[in-house]
Amino acid sequence: MSKKETTYSVNQEVIEEKEYSTLNLGPTHPATHGIFQNVLKMDGEIIHSAVPTIGYIHRAFEKLAERRPYAQITPITDRLNYCSSPINNMGWYMTVEKLLGAKIPKRAEYHRVIIMELSRIADHIICNSVIGVDTGAMTGFLYIFQWREKIYEIFEEICGARLTTNIGRIGGFDQEWSKKTWDLIDTFLKEYPKGLKEFSNLLERNKIFMDRTVNCGPISAEMALSYSFVGPNLRAAGVDYDVRVMNPYSSYEDFTFTVPVGTQGDTYDRFMVRQHEMWQSLSIIEQAIKKMPEGPMHADLPDFFLPPKEQVYNNMEALIYHFKIVMGETDIPKGEVYHCVEGGNGELGFYLISDGGRTPFRLHFRRPCFIYYQAYPEMVKGIMLSDAILTMSSMNVIAGELDA
Amino acid sequence: MELLNKVNEKLKEHFHGDIESAELLYDYPVFTIQKDRIHDVLKFLKEDEELNFHFLTDLCGMQTADEKHLGVIYHLHNMPKNYRIRLKIFFDINKPEVATATDLWPAANWMERETYDFFGVKFKGHPNLKRILNVDEMDIFPLRKEYPLEDQGRTDKKDEMFGR
Repeated sequence: MSKKETTYSVNQEVIEEKEYSTLNLGPTHPATHGIFQNVLKMDGEIIHSAVPTIGYIHRAFEKLAERRPYAQITPITDRLNYCSSPINNMGWYMTVEKLLGAKIPKRAEYHRVIIMELSRIADHIICNSVIGVDTGAMTGFLYIFQWREKIYEIFEEICGARLTTNIGRIGGFDQEWSKKTWDLIDTFLKEYPKGLKEFSNLLERNKIFMDRTVNCGPISAEMALSYSFVGPNLRAAGVDYDVRVMNPYSSYEDFTFTVPVGTQGDTYDRFMVRQHEMWQSLSIIEQAIKKMPEGPMHADLPDFFLPPKEQVYNNMEALIYHFKIVMGETDIPKGEVYHCVEGGNGELGFYLISDGGRTPFRLHFRRPCFIYYQAYPEMVKGIMLSDAILTMSSMNVIAGELDA
Repeated sequence: MELLNKVNEKLKEHFHGDIESAELLYDYPVFTIQKDRIHDVLKFLKEDEELNFHFLTDLCGMQTADEKHLGVIYHLHNMPKNYRIRLKIFFDINKPEVATATDLWPAANWMERETYDFFGVKFKGHPNLKRILNVDEMDIFPLRKEYPLEDQGRTDKKDEMFGR
């Protein structure tokens, strides 16, 4: 298992004879939070080099998408970053709507913003509490995870599903949200700040936590850009790039929020950027509820939007549309689009080529995890094994998004 | 449109005749480049002071509808000015050799491996060009259109019954 390496110098023939040991971290190890394998070459407890192997849960999404009608691709996008699947759903809808040239009513867009920000909070809760767990602070995790449950209850009330949501439709939402949904959101907005404050008090200025995370797995801004980092990981390195600000989609230009930026790009900065983003998300949701415009919940897209049931039973045209949508027989205009949204991990892109048929000709997902995880070997070179695990959890590498 | 003209002029000036087409597709300027010059064009676009496309957003492969050509698509981004463009190259499926972009962006490493994995595009100069998501023993390139998704031998699911 070990390999001998000899170093020579001018004065002595042989100064050192070192043996590196090989360690398999993963594929199924409780500390790696997902199926990742890293073959580490260790010098004691210091990592000399790491070789990641990925693809353990590859499910051929891009190939599957070439055979499916557009509405049936949404469940595939759920399974990319499954910690914030509504963002993926909305990103996919917006891509198709861009291709169709559909105009979405403001009310539906505001609803989308609320959903997306809620799932961003859920995503960041998972990432940040797991950073806590990996430093040995189990308490924060146990306390804050109940809020993720509350968010999932909201999703459940809207669409019936919790994790893989398939929320909404191409063109907007299928129905108005129930009163219970709004009650749940109100309770969440009222009580979550307390929970988040508690969590911040536990970790943010905690000496042990800071000793463990400050200067752990840092990356410079230039490096991060050359490795195509996006999202909180790039912002932690000091680049203020946020898709919501640079290329506003779904009426994000209507809201005021700040983009938190770090300086060092280390684990602590990544943690803090996510902490502050949660506060910003809360404020965006409050603004959206306050400014909620009146109007329809969906765009006028009869080819993609299921008609109401009464009409299906009584109206010939509605029945035809219903059948066509359910069988996935609607043709999409020719064209190619790239649309990106700010996912939990950064710029999540959809590159769609349509040849005018019922399914995409080619669909490529720009998955942020897949692109920035390749910097991991560089980031863990020369640091301790336990810090490497911390670095990985602070990068929020999600196996579903990594392997597609 | 403004960006399209700006980039087009610059490219015309430096790479006369290597730009096969320039068009605007859904607010995205798209350029088709002569395959052998792609590395020079990428290097120029990255290092040009005004355009400075310093960020490789995405790199992926595709197959054309006639199934005889493969393509590689680059999405570039200039963050401070928020310029985004798309570059395309097409080449014969029997000679899928392209210059690598890993020397310009380390991020291209895995994206090129993914493209190789699914389409069999060989990136010349890539440090470690092997399969990434599929198993190493696989001997086909699964995203090519010649490999249908479903078992074509099935008789219970005829397309004409569904009007396809």
